[in-house]
Amino acid sequence: MLKVLKAGFYTTIQDSGRFGLRDKGVPVSGIMDDMSVFKINSLLENKASAAVLEITMTGPTLIFEEDTYMVIGGAEMSATLNNLPIKNYKVYQIAVGDILSFGKLEKGFRSYLGVKEGFSVKEVLGSRSFYKPLTKFARLIDNDIVPFNAQQLFEPKISEIKVDCFLDVDVLEVTKGPEFDILNDRQLEEIFSKTFTVAHENNRMAYQLTETITPHAISMLTSATLPGTVQLTPAGKLIVLMKDGQTTGGYPRVIQLTDRSICILAQKKGGDRISIKLV
Amino acid sequence: MNSPKIDIKPFGKHSLLIEWPNEVSELILEKILQFQTFLNSEALKEMDWELVPAYNSLLILNRKKEIDFEKMSVDIHNWYANLKESVKPDRFLWRLPVTYDLEFGLDLEDVAGQLNKTKREIIDLHTGSTYTVYGIGFLPGFMYLGGINSELELPRKAIPRPKVIKGAVGVAGKQAGIYPQESPGGWNIIGNCPVPIFDASKDNPCFVSVGDKVEFFEISKAEHELHKIEVEVGIYKPEKIKLDA
Repeated sequence: MLKVLKAGFYTTIQDSGRFGLRDKGVPVSGIMDDMSVFKINSLLENKASAAVLEITMTGPTLIFEEDTYMVIGGAEMSATLNNLPIKNYKVYQIAVGDILSFGKLEKGFRSYLGVKEGFSVKEVLGSRSFYKPLTKFARLIDNDIVPFNAQQLFEPKISEIKVDCFLDVDVLEVTKGPEFDILNDRQLEEIFSKTFTVAHENNRMAYQLTETITPHAISMLTSATLPGTVQLTPAGKLIVLMKDGQTTGGYPRVIQLTDRSICILAQKKGGDRISIKLV
Repeated sequence: MNSPKIDIKPFGKHSLLIEWPNEVSELILEKILQFQTFLNSEALKEMDWELVPAYNSLLILNRKKEIDFEKMSVDIHNWYANLKESVKPDRFLWRLPVTYDLEFGLDLEDVAGQLNKTKREIIDLHTGSTYTVYGIGFLPGFMYLGGINSELELPRKAIPRPKVIKGAVGVAGKQAGIYPQESPGGWNIIGNCPVPIFDASKDNPCFVSVGDKVEFFEISKAEHELHKIEVEVGIYKPEKIKLDA
């Protein structure tokens, strides 16, 4: 198991998510940046659904109380293992007592820690992803214990990958949402030519964009939403629903982020700049 | 009944949205549920599909495959045109207890004042309607209940409460609802229901489905406490009546 010495800003357990309950109001939850975790679980030869730690902005300090193999990835957070710098997307063998800590956030916003076979916290409705109040806790706190199965024998087929880094990408690719056709020429021009600032109101539920576009007065009945759905409020604000986002909404769903663009946005923090491109 | 017209809209690469006419109508909801039942049991039986109905729409989502929108639209129009009236989902009426004790009914006196009625009249109006579940969303297990008596319509609170407790029974505009968990909330709170609408420890965590009906009946604060204990030890079962039987 892993002991949390210091929890950091917002550290949670996430896997591929909770499926089949959207009609009961349950969001999918799960990893915000699937692209990074796919690489981590591939290096560890884990199932794609193996649970990882999702580490936001300021990383935790963790002590391993069992042998294992680990890979970190996603944001670059000046990680060290026993005070020595380590790299993203490289398999490290871990012995009892090893200490993993994170420092300055260099690039991106969410870092991930995977271990061989994944973390084995209890499943709730088919997923280990934290989502309060389905799960008892919203995030890890100091002195929490995160279980995993000890591993001494593992010879990775590939021990390190050089990553084509998407953390620098600042264009979000979108397809049309169900209410795309309500947008007038001016609003279309605004959405697709402006540069937007990621607001400080951003979390696992939704990202808001600071700049507004021309307001509208369209009212609609509540209807289904998805991660990556961009809602346009009457005041002209764009709200991007993310993995813990509610399953229905009443604002026009004008555009929809691609799966890749959800990962790109998940690595942005308040103040970062993005633009939007229709594909 | 004649089938109302549908529109099919793309919604990302993994899903599409079927829309019925833009109105709150029992007939439209029935048609949606009938079509959903057909899709679930015949056309889209495999595991990876999820269907989300609400008011006048049905989301069709495949989490593993990208959808060929053009092809799927043709299929959906065909399936819909040939939908048999005999396809019927199971629907239930749930009778749920509510205490209107002022300890829980935080806005009951204010609501009565605003509507120029007595508290008794407000309770009678609230318990006197049969509500339809038009959607479940916002929070796990949060039902959008339509069918409120027009005499009980009033706006949301000007300033939402930062915290509304689990089980809080609220009214706002043309809707009624129950907060399935603690949450911020702007509805007028008139009582509390001791029956948990969502329980993550159960295989079927939410007993209510879109299309079901809900009625409220009044209980005392003491009965509310008793039901809470019965719920905790797992012996309380909400009253359930099969509809269209």
